[in-house]
Amino acid sequence: MTNIALSLLIGMLTGAGVYLVLRAQTFPVVLGLTLMSYGVNLFLFAMGRLKTAAPAVVGAVEHPTDPLPQALVLTAIVIAFAMTAFVIVLALKARAALGNDHVDGVHIPQADRLLDRSEEPRA
Amino acid sequence: MQAIELLAIVVLLPFLAAPFAAWGARFNRFAAAWVAGGATLAALALFAALVYAYGDVMPVATSHAWIESAGLSFGFRLDGLSMMFAGLILVIGLLIVIYARYYLSPSDSMGRFFAYLLMFMGAMLGVVLAENLINLVIFWELTSLASFLLISYWQHRKEARYGARLALAITGAGGLALLGGVLILGHIVGSYELSDVLAAGDLIKNHDLYAPALILILLGVFTKSAQFPFHFWLPNAMAAPTPVSAYLHSATMVKAGIFLLARFFPALAGTDLWVGIVSTAGLITFLLGAYTALFRHDLKGLLAYSTISHLGLITLLFGFGTPLAAVAGIFHILNHATFKASLFMVAGIVDHETGTRDMRRLGGLIKFMPHTAALGIIAAMAMAGVPLFNGFLSKEMFFTESMRVAGSMGPVWLLPILVSLGGLLSVAYSLRFVHDTFFGKLDGDLPKTPHEPPGMMKRPVDLLVILSLAVGILPALVIGPLLHVAVTGVLQGEPPYYKLALWHGFNLPLLMSAVALGGGVVLYLLRRPVFRWHGRSLAHLDARVPYNRLMELLMRSGAGATALIDNGRLGRLVIVTLGFALGAGLLGYLLPQTLAPVRNAIEHASAADSGDWVTVFAIALIVLATLVTTVWHRQRLFALITMSVVGLGVAMLFARFSAPDLAMTQLSVEVVTMILLLLALFYLPQQSRALSSPARRWRDAGIATALGAGIAAFTYAIISRPFESISGYFLEQSVPGGGGHNVVNVILVDFRGYDTFGEITVLALAGLGIFAMLKGLSLPASRRDPFGRPWSDDPHPLLLRTFTQILLPLTLLFGIYVFLRGHNQPGGGFIAGLIVASALIAQYMANGIETAERKLRLPIHGILGAGLLIALGTGLTSMVFGVPFLTSAFTHLDLPVIGDIEIASAIAFDLGVFLVVVGSTMLILLNLGRLTDHAVDHPDYTAIESSHTDAGTRREADA
Repeated sequence: MTNIALSLLIGMLTGAGVYLVLRAQTFPVVLGLTLMSYGVNLFLFAMGRLKTAAPAVVGAVEHPTDPLPQALVLTAIVIAFAMTAFVIVLALKARAALGNDHVDGVHIPQADRLLDRSEEPRA
Repeated sequence: MQAIELLAIVVLLPFLAAPFAAWGARFNRFAAAWVAGGATLAALALFAALVYAYGDVMPVATSHAWIESAGLSFGFRLDGLSMMFAGLILVIGLLIVIYARYYLSPSDSMGRFFAYLLMFMGAMLGVVLAENLINLVIFWELTSLASFLLISYWQHRKEARYGARLALAITGAGGLALLGGVLILGHIVGSYELSDVLAAGDLIKNHDLYAPALILILLGVFTKSAQFPFHFWLPNAMAAPTPVSAYLHSATMVKAGIFLLARFFPALAGTDLWVGIVSTAGLITFLLGAYTALFRHDLKGLLAYSTISHLGLITLLFGFGTPLAAVAGIFHILNHATFKASLFMVAGIVDHETGTRDMRRLGGLIKFMPHTAALGIIAAMAMAGVPLFNGFLSKEMFFTESMRVAGSMGPVWLLPILVSLGGLLSVAYSLRFVHDTFFGKLDGDLPKTPHEPPGMMKRPVDLLVILSLAVGILPALVIGPLLHVAVTGVLQGEPPYYKLALWHGFNLPLLMSAVALGGGVVLYLLRRPVFRWHGRSLAHLDARVPYNRLMELLMRSGAGATALIDNGRLGRLVIVTLGFALGAGLLGYLLPQTLAPVRNAIEHASAADSGDWVTVFAIALIVLATLVTTVWHRQRLFALITMSVVGLGVAMLFARFSAPDLAMTQLSVEVVTMILLLLALFYLPQQSRALSSPARRWRDAGIATALGAGIAAFTYAIISRPFESISGYFLEQSVPGGGGHNVVNVILVDFRGYDTFGEITVLALAGLGIFAMLKGLSLPASRRDPFGRPWSDDPHPLLLRTFTQILLPLTLLFGIYVFLRGHNQPGGGFIAGLIVASALIAQYMANGIETAERKLRLPIHGILGAGLLIALGTGLTSMVFGVPFLTSAFTHLDLPVIGDIEIASAIAFDLGVFLVVVGSTMLILLNLGRLTDHAVDHPDYTAIESSHTDAGTRREADA
């Protein structure tokens, strides 16, 4: 029962992530990537199987859970944060350079004028 | 260490000297030439000493393990063949260095030239001295790369760039084929060492894979040595400076292919397949090159085709497959190197002193430069095979061998006639080279008034020409011993009996020589009608045309294939990638042999899986939050908040399923992620505009649902079947090997410490990258929320300020506690770093960035750098103690009051992790926060932005 529910959750997170990644503006794409990384982390974690009250601390329980996927996921969580930060900053940079937050990089010259930097070279 | 190990120094010396040549030229342009000359001389001296010491015991080889699993070792070999080639490369290299010193004009970069030349020399030495075949292929590729740089030396010239690309494409492709051939060879023999391969000739020739191995290796040989049908890159390589042509196309680059024929002669030669392919390619190349050379007007063009022709001659000799033919081949390699290098240098002198290489404009130069003319005439006579010059001797041997094997190759008269015809053509073009340049009428308006070049430019040619004469007159004395040793090296055994002499009596080969000489003179005298006929019939044939067409086709189809996947829109790329994943998954699922186990797992699992209704209910809540986030994602702030619910739910799941470390990490990452996205949202529109049509939204929803369902099924199929973990080792070794009870942490900082080191480096780079991207950025920011309400004006609420003040020491203390217990209890550097970073960030949020900076004075870049250095230092310290990078050590300390504590070196590494996490998180968030100072507020901005993108998207939808 738990297995089915968790599998469905992982599928749901991936699907929602994909749907948002397919949007045309940057912010939803970043939201989608974050949702997807939740799904991926849970997926990796689930590879070690689900065990309750069996932390991988030597001496705590007789049959501890699998520590290896946990170690992988721990760094993956931190790296996912760094990548989210990188992507969102890239999105900010694109908005500053192009004048909008479209993912395909459409440039709006009028926006340059409003920001009073028409002299600057386009990025 | 044995002295023979120094062979590696001979090969590496030019590579090591190359940067110095480039660097030295910044102070004095001739310093580059001195460095190049000095390095070549030193390598030559060392090599001579080695030959002197080991000459009697050749072949000798050294070998050091490199990547043993791939059969790759780093080894060099000294035998007759490698000795001869290495000697040629170094001696002619030295002469070329001297010549180039005077040839290059002040506007040419000497440093770049000599650095490339040295790299090329080192690569060539590597090819001829290699003991390991994979090693040989690596150096072979390096010669292709270095020659690319040399041919394109005059980068501003279009033909130089084209010629270099052509040479790289052809020889590079050949190099790949060679690699394939060598791998097969190694597979057959079971070793990549040359000594083993050369001793296994019979095994190789009788193996089923002999034919593919031979063909692949020959592809490498033919492309490198410009054999038909790959010959056409060589004339285009003439766009290089003349010293380069003289070096690459007389003694080195193109001879690498021939070298390989000689090298593999004992292992591969003598079969029908070998004779058929090698001699056919050689014969066609010999005739085609000689014929085309006659009609070139450019001096270097003529020499290029004559080089092709002579390479064909040598290939043909090796193609005969007999030991005596190999003797003749080796002899001709030496002779060709001397006279062809001289001729290229003479052509360079003529070009240098008159400004043109066009034989239709040149003429009568003997009056202006008698010395150079004498050199040119002698070298050309050697090329034509006139008696008393070295070319004559090897050509006689060539004719003799052709007579000997003629019976086995077609009608007995065919081969002698064809090779005589080739000889006749070479006499004609040699005569043309001499007569059209040095005799006849001079075109009045040459770009420069011709005169003799500087003396030192002629010295290298003098030397080679004298050598050519000496060999021609007294062959047994001058070249006999060297030839003997070299041939022994080729055959890996005592050479057959042969006689080196000028006079062999009246015989058929002599008659063939006479016919060639006489016929060649006649052909030259009749050149006008012959040229006219050629111009009408064959002149338009150009092997480059099909090549160019092929390249164009490749480029076009490449661009087409790319456009199919990537049309510049993110949506297309995502759909193609995910669609492929979905297709692959579906295919795997639908295949009958995979379907059954999956079904089986699903059916069996549900029985074993106990129902835990609390967890299922929690999961249902997270599913709901995900759904809400997705459906209402256009209200960005709202979506962000519901998404944080998902994140917290995931953290709870980690806690529920025995992963306290993950739960703590997820929780603290959730905090910083939300701060990050909230900050970013401040500079972005508060609402997403509806850019996609409903149809497109439904399509995307369909794709997303299919993928989500696939992933869910996939996950379920895996987690419901039994498995055996590899983690037993980690659980057992954690305490005795890593000195910690928290296995997750021990894996991170000890077992897989190297991975973690890579990961914190990525983290640091992401932080620095963001810092760089945000520098000087100004962004539009709205002062109102989506519903028109102004943001709160109170920047730093008193309540927040007070609370964070109280919380700061507590949180820091908690962070340190989590860090210290990490090795034995859930916690560690990652989690502690995130906790401390969020505590600090709270200070900045409550007090404002400037105030907080004044109060805290945190050197954030310093923290980041210190973290990386500490982690690296921990790793290196273990190396000081002679154990591999990042090996940990631990000990127990019995301190008064505190009692027994365990100190592991891994805690220092974890400290590095901690500092990097704190540093990069702060770097990212603070720099994003700082942008508020440059934010531009403009009410019209959003209006323009939305109107424009909507229009843009509609256009896109129409298209």
